[in-house]
Amino acid sequence: MTDDGSTAASNGRSLAVHLTVNGRQITRAAGGHFTLLRWLRDAAGVTDPKYGCGEGICGSCAVLVDGVPVSSCLVLAAQVDGADVVTAAGLCEPDGSLGPLQRAFHERHAAQCGFCTPGMLVAAAAILAGGSTPSRAAIRAELHGNLCRCTGYGPIVDAVEAALQAARQGGQPGQAPDGASEAS
Amino acid sequence: MTGHDGRTGIRTSKEDELRVVRRPLPRHDQAEKIAGSTRYAADFALAHMLHARLVRSPLPSAEITKRDATAALAAPGVVAVLFGEDVPHNVIRVDVPGQALEVAALRASMEVLATDRVRFHGEPVALVVAESEDALAEACDLVEVDYAELPAVFEPGEALQDGAPAVHDQGNLLSEWNIDAGDIAAAFAHADVVVEGSYQTQAVDHAYLEPEAGVGWLDDEGVLILRVATQVVEHYRDVARILGIPEARVRLIAPYVGGGFGGKEDMTVEPYLALAVWRTRRPVRMQWTRQESLLARPKRHRMRMRYRTAARGDGTILGQDIEITADAGAYAYLSALVLLYASVHACGPYKTGAVRLRARCAYTNNPPTSAFRGFGGMQVVFGYESQMDLVARRLGLSPALIRKQNALTRGDVLPVGQPIETEVQLAATLDAVMSRAGAKPPPSGPRKAIGRGIASNMQSYGRLTWLNDSAAAWVGFQLDGSLSVRCGVPDIGGGQASSLAQIASEVLAVPMEAITVHFGDSALTPLAGTTTATRQLLMSGNAVYEASMQLREQILGAVDAESGGSSGGLRLEPGRIAGQGTEVSLTEALATCRRANVPIEALGTFFGPKGTPVVRQLQADRVFPDFTFGTHLCELEVDLDTGQVTLLRYIAAHDVGRAINPLSVAGQISGGVVQGLGMSLLEEVVVEDGVNLTGGFFQYLIPTATDVPDIEVVVLESGEGMGPFGARGIGEPPIGPPAAAVASAIHDALGSRPTVLPITPERVLECAGVLTDPGQSVQP
Repeated sequence: MTDDGSTAASNGRSLAVHLTVNGRQITRAAGGHFTLLRWLRDAAGVTDPKYGCGEGICGSCAVLVDGVPVSSCLVLAAQVDGADVVTAAGLCEPDGSLGPLQRAFHERHAAQCGFCTPGMLVAAAAILAGGSTPSRAAIRAELHGNLCRCTGYGPIVDAVEAALQAARQGGQPGQAPDGASEAS
Repeated sequence: MTGHDGRTGIRTSKEDELRVVRRPLPRHDQAEKIAGSTRYAADFALAHMLHARLVRSPLPSAEITKRDATAALAAPGVVAVLFGEDVPHNVIRVDVPGQALEVAALRASMEVLATDRVRFHGEPVALVVAESEDALAEACDLVEVDYAELPAVFEPGEALQDGAPAVHDQGNLLSEWNIDAGDIAAAFAHADVVVEGSYQTQAVDHAYLEPEAGVGWLDDEGVLILRVATQVVEHYRDVARILGIPEARVRLIAPYVGGGFGGKEDMTVEPYLALAVWRTRRPVRMQWTRQESLLARPKRHRMRMRYRTAARGDGTILGQDIEITADAGAYAYLSALVLLYASVHACGPYKTGAVRLRARCAYTNNPPTSAFRGFGGMQVVFGYESQMDLVARRLGLSPALIRKQNALTRGDVLPVGQPIETEVQLAATLDAVMSRAGAKPPPSGPRKAIGRGIASNMQSYGRLTWLNDSAAAWVGFQLDGSLSVRCGVPDIGGGQASSLAQIASEVLAVPMEAITVHFGDSALTPLAGTTTATRQLLMSGNAVYEASMQLREQILGAVDAESGGSSGGLRLEPGRIAGQGTEVSLTEALATCRRANVPIEALGTFFGPKGTPVVRQLQADRVFPDFTFGTHLCELEVDLDTGQVTLLRYIAAHDVGRAINPLSVAGQISGGVVQGLGMSLLEEVVVEDGVNLTGGFFQYLIPTATDVPDIEVVVLESGEGMGPFGARGIGEPPIGPPAAAVASAIHDALGSRPTVLPITPERVLECAGVLTDPGQSVQP
């Protein structure tokens, strides 16, 4: 974990920001100009959201803020002070093992280099949380804000479909059904 | 240690004898990546580390008239500002083989930091090191650099003309390759048809999601450690040369890389990170922005290709007359080799009686170009496959038939002189896509047209044969029966490390979950060479295979000796060694080895096939180890009013020899196709008068999930490859055919063929006759 020392520069005063990140309450003082992405990575040491483009195009930095997927590179940390933030790591089971959506990604070979994966998982989690039964084309449309350069997307859509089916059969969307592997 | 000795023993085991290889196992590395716990280069941090950034040239061609760091050094938080004079050996060298008389070594080099002249927009001029990212950003603006603009040239064709502004003092011709095979005059004299076509490919960015990054520090022994996103840990040698210190004093660690595609083959942050650490003696992180990556990293070569193809009335290809001109950009990097690949692959997977090829690569003041998946062997697919379609149309033959009719077979000799040594299953890949295609669907509306096209290709796997390629791997049992594999391979996302575990698991009968692969560390893992050129399965795969086989013999030999040589037919099985009347557990066998002074570890080194170096006039016994063949089919709909292309279906078939992990194979094919489709329809790095206008992902459009259909992957396994278990490489090959397949489908839909990439809606409308721009399309 590192605070990159921005407060030493002439970028204005340091601000304390309080966030709940993956269930853990974190307070860090950092420059008021820190984006949520930078706050998470450089101030709080939460590195699974990735810097990919810095302009809200690639989706590698996607996190859920109070349940809504956002590009954390486009939001100031101070703007969401007090929010509940979930990153891809927050989709794991309490014991640290892969959650149902993550298991579907693993079984369907939905990651290769893995760099887009945390953001992709967040976008997929938002689809699952929606509670609907989207078509394959609709899943693709929901994922169009997350770029992947390795997989060709098909396996990712497969994984989301499998997770949706498992959620329907086994439990609440986003909860932990037992049927992920059977359904896939 | 062995060299390539054909395919013997378990390497070509029958499919039903394989226990782990060929199984679609979810990869061990993916679990960590999906949990979000993988620490990529930029995720790593050390206490009190500094931050570094480059000041880059805003001009494509200029003399540097002034450099002053006074104001920057006075800014708060700034630790150091370095110019070229501060670099112990301010040169990055690139070897350019085969051009010795024409291209001196000096030409193929560039400064680490430019001192008196810049040659492209984005060239590094100064390196700033500061306590924080914010201090760094301010300090970079305070570094004073003045420029006086110099004449510049941006088109390779113009750069090669007399009197063109010289990008380098020695002239603008970087490299030239020629092939003269057979009687080209006779081929054209006897031809029933001659088809001509000109084709252009564009500058493309790798656009891996992970921008270039790394952290460097000095360890307790004073060794410089760089933990960077790279495809090549052997760059530690280049870093040592730049710093003027022994190679053994630099250690390069490649963590899991967030995509490479050739863009992390040349050095990125390495020399700058090294200089910053060396100067400050403190840990330093450098992370390039996406904008910086798009601005200054080498791109795929723009190529202009002119093809004249001679054929008999029955479709037999008699000759190819080919001219290729490529844009090397401002510095050599790997351009000469990329052009060599283009030259050797230029006739495609077909018997071609006579060939005249002239390929040239010119310096310009554009961003440099270098390695990119396919490495010159892919641009030419757009040329040769377009020509095959045009010949077929002229003669009224089906596209599949003309390809089958001319397909290379084992024993054929390529125009460059290399014989094909393994079975070619091109026809099977053609059958695979055609049999799945079915009937074309009807158009979705009155102003829509459906088209279907196919394209085949060949792509080498393994490095050029005179580079003396080798890879080493260490395989060792732990006392509890778990297994450690050490191999210097960088894992850039293709499952490079995981495949090695699968190979060791197969040979040593150790469950996958009991194997740990340590990879990508130039000091602690045996060097395995670059993760480039579709070489790692061939090279590291065979090295792990050799080491595992050797280890197996050691253990079986020790058990046999302990039994007094009475245990016939010993074999390794999961957890035990069994034979006639003998059965011992693995851990007992390992204890036996230790009592008998038999190592429970082995080092395997695999040497690639050898060939003699080429010269400018290409005539070689062997240029590459071997090739991978495939065929793609694309079905699409064109909107005749907007020029919009909707991809409906895409089928890709390749003979991969043996699919070590079918999931990884399908992933490589599917991903390669989509990257190729991006180049076909969407992507272009736009450079205007040397100024790179592509400033971000909002301008540089790579395919999203809605731009592409599901890729239908067909994996054929001939067992004929030179890798372990008869595997061929599959990293690069799938990116070759898409552009030609798309162009062919549009030709089918509109009756006119796009010849310039990317095939934008405007270019589609030109083909449809709605817009007219002569020279942008070829009438059938």
